[in-house]
Amino acid sequence: MTGLGAVYRRELASWLATPLAYVFVVIFLVLSGAFTFWLGGFYERGQADLAPFFNFHPWLYLFLVPAIAMRLWAEERRSGSIELLLTLPVSPGAAVLAKFLAAWTFVACALALTFPVWLTVAYLGDPDHGAIVTGYVGSLLMAGAFLAIGSCLSATTRSQVIAFILTVVVCFLFLLAGFPLVLDLFRGWAPAGLVEAVASLGFLTHFQALSRGVLDLRNVVYFATTIAVWLYATTLVLERGRSE
Amino acid sequence: MIEVNHLTKRYGDVLAVDDLSFGVAPGEILGFLGPNGAGKSTTMRIVAGFVAPTAGTARVCGHDVARAPLAARRALGYLPEGAPSYPEMTPRAFLGFCADVRGLAGDLRRRRLDDTVERLGLGPVLERPIETLSKGFRRRVGLAQAILHDPPVLVLDEPTDGLDPNQKHEVRTLIRGMAAGKTIVISTHILEEVDALCTRAVVIARGRLLADAPPRELEARSRYHGAVTLRLADAGQFERARAALAALPDVADVEVDARESRLTALPRAGRPILPVIGELAAHEGLSLRELHLESGRLDEVFRAITNPGTDGRAHAAAPATASPRVADATVETRS
Repeated sequence: MTGLGAVYRRELASWLATPLAYVFVVIFLVLSGAFTFWLGGFYERGQADLAPFFNFHPWLYLFLVPAIAMRLWAEERRSGSIELLLTLPVSPGAAVLAKFLAAWTFVACALALTFPVWLTVAYLGDPDHGAIVTGYVGSLLMAGAFLAIGSCLSATTRSQVIAFILTVVVCFLFLLAGFPLVLDLFRGWAPAGLVEAVASLGFLTHFQALSRGVLDLRNVVYFATTIAVWLYATTLVLERGRSE
Repeated sequence: MIEVNHLTKRYGDVLAVDDLSFGVAPGEILGFLGPNGAGKSTTMRIVAGFVAPTAGTARVCGHDVARAPLAARRALGYLPEGAPSYPEMTPRAFLGFCADVRGLAGDLRRRRLDDTVERLGLGPVLERPIETLSKGFRRRVGLAQAILHDPPVLVLDEPTDGLDPNQKHEVRTLIRGMAAGKTIVISTHILEEVDALCTRAVVIARGRLLADAPPRELEARSRYHGAVTLRLADAGQFERARAALAALPDVADVEVDARESRLTALPRAGRPILPVIGELAAHEGLSLRELHLESGRLDEVFRAITNPGTDGRAHAAAPATASPRVADATVETRS
């Protein structure tokens, strides 16, 4: 466990040492504000809630989170520091978890910096604060799921660009798994059970339930499971690299 | 200690390590030699637990690197090839991170960090990002990371690669200073390093173990073992000296270097030729500038072992082709 904490702190510190972190935070804040107030019609709707704010998170994350996740392992592989990290007395599982948690903490900080939106809506009206909390929880969980996917794909390559593109594509498929665009790929040949299973994997469906203020345990469990599965897959990818 | 048993590593069709077995005991400094691509780094990576073997086992202090990876890694200090680190960190932050991962805390942590920084002379660069450091300092940061926790076993992949002669000397002194009671394996291309540092040398090529002996013994396999080299003060005596040496019954061959007026007499196996050559020089009235007994040449043994086809005798042909220059050189020195 000491290893996990040390890797976590190192990762977090290395985030703050790179310009990427600040670029990410600024772009995230500017875009989430722009989407909420212009595209989302925050004022025109005349409702004191943060639906226009949360609705755009999946699309923001689709491009911003892979940019964070791409360097998790690809960079270590490119620079060779992975050989150092994996020969320190840390298990691959602990290293994977530590790196993921550091990136997730960073995204959580960016998300926390959107608090003025919450203050605005609280000042203008009388929003359902419970719904806003579940919205934030859902948003954070979804970001975690994107990051976990990115972590796994980043471990498969030494190129950050490839990691980024793969992650965007896979996240996009997961995001829209409940929609015809993806489901039609399966409808022609797959049994109805599989189609339904794929449909139930959609991030968007689970996220929307949470952002509407429904803290259904199933949605939380869904995201937690997704994160766990992809992180486990990351350790498998690393182990495979070891025996290849 | 390190025990490697029937280690095999296959990358697709390529056999990188082929049924390799050896052991290293505390107090030994093992020099791991071999041409590029011989499997040195792969073997070290397996011992460090970075690469999983296809077959066979490796143990560090009795811990199987596959079954008890964390225990094995705790006992090990490892310098990967090229000394990778995190370029954006300062040496202070980087070594602090390594200390934390290794669970060093409190007073011990501070003592170990201070000691390591001092040993490697990292004081002046502690606060500069590693990416801005010279190659020598980066290598030392890598070494610092390996010795930080004072491990009983050290595996160092090319620890002096890219260092200038002074830094090489410092690193060798450092390694020698730590050797007591530790098990150390270094890989290197530099044969003088093996001579200067190692108590034992293992030569591998194409993944196979070809020789395992102290450097002195390897040198004894050289054609030059027991050879006598003499350098003449008077170049005019060169041809006469050569003929006289070649006529000695215990001399197998004479190599000449006309440019330097140097003659090397190679003995027949195991025959001491220094005394007879001494007598010969006195008898023939040769004026010598230099006379010395060779203990053997590792590089020649290395070539003979790793390239059995050429047998290291390839350059025995050199004197013949060099003979036109003999005349030139003699003329030059006369004029």
